[in-house]
Amino acid sequence: MATVEASLAGQASAVKVNRPKLTLWRVFIWIVLVVGAVIMLMPFVWMISSSLKAEQQVFQYPPRLLPDPPMWSNYVEALVYKPFGLYIRNTAFLVGVNMLAVLLASSFCAYGFARITFPGRDFWFVIVLATMMMPYYVLMVPIFIMFTRLGWIDTYLPLTVPTFFGGGAFNIFLMRQFFRTIPQELSDAARIDGCNEFQIYWTIFMPLAKPALVSIAILAFLGTWNDFVGPLLYIKSPDLFTVSIGLAGFRSIMRSRWDLLMAASTAMTIPVIALFFAAQRYFFESGGITLTGLK
Amino acid sequence: MNIAQTISRKVPFKNPFHTLQFRRTLIGYIFISPFILGFFFWFLGPTVFSGWLSMTDWNLISPPKFVGLQNFQRLFNDKLLLQSLKVTSIYTFVSVPLGLVLGFLLALLMNTRVRGIRAFRTIYYMPSIVPAVANAVLWAWIFNTEYGLLNAVLRALGFAKISWLIDTRFALPAIILMGLWGVGGGMVIYLAGLQGIPEVYYEAAEIDGAGRWQRMIHITIPLMSPVLFFNLIMGIIGSFQVFTAGYLLTDGGPQNSTLFYVLYLYRVGFRNLEMGYAATLGWLLFFIILVLTLIVFRYIGRNVYYEEAK
Repeated sequence: MATVEASLAGQASAVKVNRPKLTLWRVFIWIVLVVGAVIMLMPFVWMISSSLKAEQQVFQYPPRLLPDPPMWSNYVEALVYKPFGLYIRNTAFLVGVNMLAVLLASSFCAYGFARITFPGRDFWFVIVLATMMMPYYVLMVPIFIMFTRLGWIDTYLPLTVPTFFGGGAFNIFLMRQFFRTIPQELSDAARIDGCNEFQIYWTIFMPLAKPALVSIAILAFLGTWNDFVGPLLYIKSPDLFTVSIGLAGFRSIMRSRWDLLMAASTAMTIPVIALFFAAQRYFFESGGITLTGLK
Repeated sequence: MNIAQTISRKVPFKNPFHTLQFRRTLIGYIFISPFILGFFFWFLGPTVFSGWLSMTDWNLISPPKFVGLQNFQRLFNDKLLLQSLKVTSIYTFVSVPLGLVLGFLLALLMNTRVRGIRAFRTIYYMPSIVPAVANAVLWAWIFNTEYGLLNAVLRALGFAKISWLIDTRFALPAIILMGLWGVGGGMVIYLAGLQGIPEVYYEAAEIDGAGRWQRMIHITIPLMSPVLFFNLIMGIIGSFQVFTAGYLLTDGGPQNSTLFYVLYLYRVGFRNLEMGYAATLGWLLFFIILVLTLIVFRYIGRNVYYEEAK
């Protein structure tokens, strides 16, 4: 017995011995990845470094990587030059509303698509997939005129109300994929206990779907925080500006104060990166769920 | 009431609205109703409206004027439209394949169980979530001719500096380059896919004497093809929607060398206030995407390998 184990172990290590042949190859791959990583990080380093430079230091050749002394005051100056505090509050409000809308609406629709069989369901699901592929710009003009007629221009209504109607095709798709993985026995047991479909959705599926819900909440955050075209079309008064149009406006009046522009850009990027580090796993989760849907 | 009674009771008419089937259908439609309503409000309604709009001349101030098919005729001798189609096509044909291949290669490299894969994944992924506006402002600075990062690197390597956003030859390549910074978004999806391929497939192939290249061609690529195909389609559709970069970085210039299709559409609609023609451009965009998608499905889609449903 012991000899068998030993020989098995020997075999295992023989298989392992196969690997060191690749060592040189692996070192090569590692070097390629490191060089790539440096290239990927350079713009970030450049952005942060420029944001901390004194006004004249920005126009120095060759550029210095480490600002001396670091001008932390750039951030204060940039963020009070235009009322970025207000823009951040405005954007945070939109993010909150849209997150709520996406979480409720897309999971609600997805339950119908995933767990109830009824005539016409597959037809409507094809429509969901079709709208997913429909570019926003195709209907930009008619929708804009519609909102003008409704008197919604210069309000947050065009940027929030549509989200409540389904929460976006991709999110419905993602939630549906997730709901389909929940065992049927669970629904059956709940039904025997007297739950109706709405109760099953709310008390059983929603708590179980937390990972997927966090993923779509993150997508909603990114989508709203980063949105530029929506606010550009619909928001006119500076009181209602979001961070993205605030920064774009800042750029158009500050043509050469790159120190301040980089400080504002860094400030706009930090919440997104912070969210990423706080919830890294969920960022990749949505990609994974998409994958299961493709097979 | 016992079963015998129930059976013996005559049921001459069964109300269809009380059947289980009807209840299920009703509940199903209640669940998907937000989407259906949204589809009518923000999709079908505007589509019908857009059809009418494309046959008018309307600046939103004076009442709309019906002009029949004039807007569609105008498509054929619109030089700026031609330019925007050229710019967008170049962008699509260069950046989509490049992004796909680069993202896939990175994922393959990263899937070789190298040290520090998590750190690499994080670093490569981060650029793809930088907000579009911050991204555009950052790259405007990187591309700065005199003091930008890119020219500083080029000059350090002994090359001449390039007027990235001012030279008509380099403005579009600059925007393509900027787009490639976000290649990590696709990469993480491929990486997840690669990690999902069962190890036994490779072991079996190795026993059958397949080399690394053959394993790649016969296992990795077929199994990854649905993901690659999905990203190809979404990449093509996405490349027709590049707006923020062109709008903020170059405003379509110099000499319209970065006049992306949707930037042109935006200008026609919201700068020239030609709503009718802008709606027509929306229709054209729809047909271009439709035709491109069909072509890709027809010629590339049939090579996609789908595993049998479990």
